[in-house]
Amino acid sequence: MRRYVQHSEHILIFECDNVKLLFAVAAEIGAAQGGGTELLNLLRIMVLCLLGSAANLRAQPADVDGEKEIERYRAMINDPMANPGYLAVDRGEVLWAMARGGKNVSLEKCDLGAGPGVLDGVAAHLPRYFADADQVMDLEQRLLHCMRTLQGLDTKDVIARRFGSPGKTSDMEDLVAFIGNKSLGMKYQASLSHPKEREMANIGEAMFYRRSAINDFACATCHGDDGRRIRLQALPDLSKPGATAREVMASWPAYRVSQSQTRTMQHRLWDCYRQMRMPAPDYASEGITALTMYLAKLGDGATINVPSIKR
Amino acid sequence: MVRIFFLACLLALPALAQTPDPARVEAVVAASFASAPAGWKSRVTQDALQEICSLTRNQPSAAQAEAITAAAKASVVLPPDSAIIGDWRNGEKIAQNGQGGQFSDAPGTVSGGNCYACHQMALSEISYGTLGPSLSKYGKLRDFELADARATFAKIFNPHVTLACSTMPRFGLNKVLTAQQIADVVAFLFDPASPVNTDTK
Ligand code: HEC
Repeated sequence: MRRYVQHSEHILIFECDNVKLLFAVAAEIGAAQGGGTELLNLLRIMVLCLLGSAANLRAQPADVDGEKEIERYRAMINDPMANPGYLAVDRGEVLWAMARGGKNVSLEKCDLGAGPGVLDGVAAHLPRYFADADQVMDLEQRLLHCMRTLQGLDTKDVIARRFGSPGKTSDMEDLVAFIGNKSLGMKYQASLSHPKEREMANIGEAMFYRRSAINDFACATCHGDDGRRIRLQALPDLSKPGATAREVMASWPAYRVSQSQTRTMQHRLWDCYRQMRMPAPDYASEGITALTMYLAKLGDGATINVPSIKR
Repeated sequence: MVRIFFLACLLALPALAQTPDPARVEAVVAASFASAPAGWKSRVTQDALQEICSLTRNQPSAAQAEAITAAAKASVVLPPDSAIIGDWRNGEKIAQNGQGGQFSDAPGTVSGGNCYACHQMALSEISYGTLGPSLSKYGKLRDFELADARATFAKIFNPHVTLACSTMPRFGLNKVLTAQQIADVVAFLFDPASPVNTDTK
C-alpha cells in the first residue's frame, strides 16, 4: 500500500506535464509485473491528467465541453482507489498515528469533539465549540490546538506548508482529508446549540455580505443569487439553505483537478478572498471559521462525500 | 397562496437572523487579516459606502440611497468630451482582462476591467458572466449619443451614480482603471465599429 502511495505520488509530482512519459512508465510496469493494481492506478492517474488539462482550458468555448467531460470523468472515477484525494487520506492516517513534537506522542488522543481519539463522525459536527479552549474551532484550528497542547509541536512548519503544492505535501490537508473521510456517507449536522456557535454563524453571515477592498466585493456579490455565473463558471448560491449549500458543505475537502491537490475549506475561502482583491486571510483565523459556520448552518443535512473531486 | 407564503418567509428571514454587533464583526475581520502587509491594510477596513451597503445588504433606505448617489455624482472626474471615447480595440482587451489587484499578482500587474466576468458584450464572445445585464449593442441602442457615452463613463467611474449599492466595482474612483482605460472601454461600447455594435453572432 505504502509503495503504491509513494509511487503514485512520484508520478503526480511529474504533474501530468508529460502524459506520454506516463504511458511509457505504465507500459514498463505492465511488462515487469504483468499488470496489477499499480498499473491500473497509473492509468487512472493518466485519465486524471487528461481531465486536468480539460479543466485548464479556461474561459473558452471548449470550457463548456470541459465541464461536461469532467462530469463524465467524475462519474467514472467515483471509485475510492482512483480518486487522488485518497492519497492524502492515506498520508493523513500515517500522520495521525505518528509520534511528533516535544512530547513525542501521536495525535491519537486528540479530542475532535466526541472524546479523545474518536474519528468516526466528528467531521459531521465541525466547526463546534470546545470548552477546553473556550472557542469555536474548525477542524484545522482543532488539529493545530492538539499539535501544540498534546504533542508540544511547534506548528510553524505545519502552517508554512498549510497549502500543498506538487512535490510538497501539506500535513493539514492530509489530516483533514483523513478525518473528513471518516464521516463519509454520514449526515452533516451543524453544531448550533452553544451560544458561541450561533454567534459565529451570525458573524459569518455578516461577513458573507461584507463589501470591501478595491472592487467592493462581498461573498454575496457572486454567491447571492441563483443561476449566476462569472464567465462560464457557474456560481453556487450560498445565500440560502438548500441543495446547493448542502452540496458545497458535503464536498470539502476535495481533490482539485485544476490544482492537482487535495484542498480544504480553508483554501477555498483563501482563494475566494484572493479573487475579491482582499489580502490573504490568516490561516485558521476566527473569520474563516465564522464563514465556515455560516455555510455549515446552510448546509445542514448534507450527506458527506469527502474527499470529493472538483475541477 | 403558496407564493404569498414564500414571500412572507422571505420577508421574515432578516428578522429571524440575529444581527451581530457590527463592532464585533469588524474585530473578527481585523483579527483574521492581521498579517496583511502594510500596503494592503486599507483594503480590510470599509469606507462609508461599503459599510452602508453591507449592513443593508445592498438595500439602502431612500435617504441613504439619495446620499450615496449624490456623493457618487460629485466623485466623478469626467475628461473633456474629446477624450470620452477612446480606442475600442484597447477597450476590448481591458474588458477581457481579469488580472490585477490580487495578492497572487506579480507587482506592477496592470489591472483589467474584467467586464466579461459579469456582462455579455460582443456576441461573438460566448464566455461571459451574468452578474450584470447584457451590454450587447450598447452604443447602437443609444444612437451613439455622446451624452450617453459621457453617462457611461461616469457609470464605469462610479456605478453608484445611477444605482446606490450597485454591485459593480467603482473602477475610476478606486483607481482600478485609469481615465484612459475607461475611455477605451467606453469606446468598446460606443464606437460604431466595435464588435459590441457590429456583431450579429
Ligand atoms: C462584479 C460584476 C461586474 C463587473 C466586473 C462589471 N459590472 Fe457593469 N454592472 C454590473 C451590475 C450588477 C450592473 C447592474 C446594476 C447597475 O446598474 O449598477 C452593471 C451595470 C453596468 C452598466 C449599466 C447598464 C445599463 O443598465 O445601462 C454598464 C454600462 C456597465 N455595467 C459597464 C461595465 C463595464 C464597461 C465593466 C468593465 C470595466 C463592468 N461593467 C464591469 C456588474 C458588473
